[in-house]
Amino acid sequence: MSLDPEYLEYPKRGLGYDHDLFPYSVMEERKPLAWPEGKSVATWMVVSLEWFPITPESTPFKAPGHMQTAYPDYRHYTAREYGTRVGFYRLLDAFAKADVKVSVAANAAIAQRYPSVIRDIVDAGHEIIAHSSDMNGTIASTLPVEDERKLITESVAILSDVAGVKPRGWHSIARQQSFATMDLLKDAGIEYCCDWVNDELPYAFNNGVVNIPLNHELSDRQIINVQQQSADSYAQQMLDAHDWLSAEAEVHGGRMLPMHLTPYIIGLPYRMDAFEKLLGDLKAREGTWFARGCDILDQFRSQM
Amino acid sequence: MNEGEKDPGLYDFAPYRGRKPFAWPGDKKVAVWISPNLEFYEIDPPTNPHRKSWAMPHPDVVRQSHRDHANRVSHWRMAEVMSKHGFPGSVSLSVALCQHHPNVVEDANQRGWEFFSHGIYNTRYSYGMDEAQERAIIEDSIKTVREATGQTIRGWLAPALTHTPRTLDLIAEYGLDYTCDLYHDDQPQRVKTKTGDLISMPYSLEVNDHYGFFVYNMSPREYADTLIRQYERLAAEPSGTVMCIPLHSYLIGQPHRIGPFEDVLKHIAADAGDGGRAWITRSGDIADAWRAIHTKEA
Repeated sequence: MSLDPEYLEYPKRGLGYDHDLFPYSVMEERKPLAWPEGKSVATWMVVSLEWFPITPESTPFKAPGHMQTAYPDYRHYTAREYGTRVGFYRLLDAFAKADVKVSVAANAAIAQRYPSVIRDIVDAGHEIIAHSSDMNGTIASTLPVEDERKLITESVAILSDVAGVKPRGWHSIARQQSFATMDLLKDAGIEYCCDWVNDELPYAFNNGVVNIPLNHELSDRQIINVQQQSADSYAQQMLDAHDWLSAEAEVHGGRMLPMHLTPYIIGLPYRMDAFEKLLGDLKAREGTWFARGCDILDQFRSQM
Repeated sequence: MNEGEKDPGLYDFAPYRGRKPFAWPGDKKVAVWISPNLEFYEIDPPTNPHRKSWAMPHPDVVRQSHRDHANRVSHWRMAEVMSKHGFPGSVSLSVALCQHHPNVVEDANQRGWEFFSHGIYNTRYSYGMDEAQERAIIEDSIKTVREATGQTIRGWLAPALTHTPRTLDLIAEYGLDYTCDLYHDDQPQRVKTKTGDLISMPYSLEVNDHYGFFVYNMSPREYADTLIRQYERLAAEPSGTVMCIPLHSYLIGQPHRIGPFEDVLKHIAADAGDGGRAWITRSGDIADAWRAIHTKEA
């Protein structure tokens, strides 16, 4: 038994990365970022607002949170809808009470089906990030590029039309892209994405599109749903992260705490009190700058 | 190993009860070593017929970029905390990191860390290699680390824990003197190889940060508590134990985890001074001390 000799050849074994998407860079060696009013931690909440067809598709892959039982999967279809109808409004009220503006990564299907939700988001001063068509709109290298292009341009167009303002950001389902995605986003006029989790501050791809890292480890999905921890533990972890980043900011400049939220996870009645308390605790910390993705992008662009 | 037999014949059975207790240098009870995995994961590696590199079509954005976080952000966060509390690293190294990101390797070398091989890339597996191919990755590892750091590797942790029936015989033949691939004991043990002198260095899957967070789904504070319990138990036993804390900076160096982890290092460091129980050290030093004690007996 032996392996193809090619398996022991390393044509890209050299300085830097084995791809040309973006240059290698060490965060602590970069020029420090300064957030407005001398704040230390940009606290960026991104709510995913998603519509799961009851007819799930597995190409190129099945989205996390999608239908699980044999057809018709009423339990997951309706439990996800609960997030949009009920949980999301709990979150909107909590944000209003704390006077916090956030980013909402919305499927275009939300705009088509529930345009009033999009208006409620925009009227409250929150940002809309384009988040594909619906939860069958997954992207990977196995999707033909022209199909991917159509998915991106149509999603952006639909959300622009209903929101009355063009989304500047893009978030792929499960953060999964193809090798073509960043160029397709650029062609669609998108300025930033939040898919790559290799950094804790914004950085530019070689084509100019910026990635603002939306840490998947700090998401309610990862901590509560995947790792099965409590909402109280989730809140503790966010505060531990915030405290650590605040201390780093004193030495290294502005830091970022991305909080990825899911209405059908964090918006449940028994978790909302912990979340509202967390918002209050974050607000009480002096260094907190509650920012939307577009605010972070503008700061990054003006300073870099 | 005895290829194809039910018992691979890696070592003799030796029950924990009845072993002669010994002390580590400084009359310490437990040798504590930290093993940061400094790795490089290719974005588009070739396929090994026995194991897929990535779950998603390439690029597997989340999994690959999560690991890249180590080389952009979290290596330094983890390393600073270790240095602050007096813990050197014994590095499980994807040796191609010496070419891709020599700054990371240089940082570890400057801190006085030891290096052993974790293969060329953590996306190239040993499964299916013939002897010549496996010799090639061992020779590449020795040469690459020597050129980059001046160190001669003494240990091996198979890339992504992928082995062949020949691996242990081959690394022993090349003069490596410890393996981190065997998990049968809390003390170093002799490993049976055709030639050479190989011992098993207690590493750990159970308190590996990857297991803590993704197998046992622990919160950062639960993981810290686990490490402290592991330490307290091993320090209380009289035998002369080893505690390894295997880490990946892209996991332990996340902002919600590093604070609780620092508390663990403070706890162990507080028990490392005169009269304390912890010998905070490196894997090669543990191998030397163990041999010095056990060669006399044998």
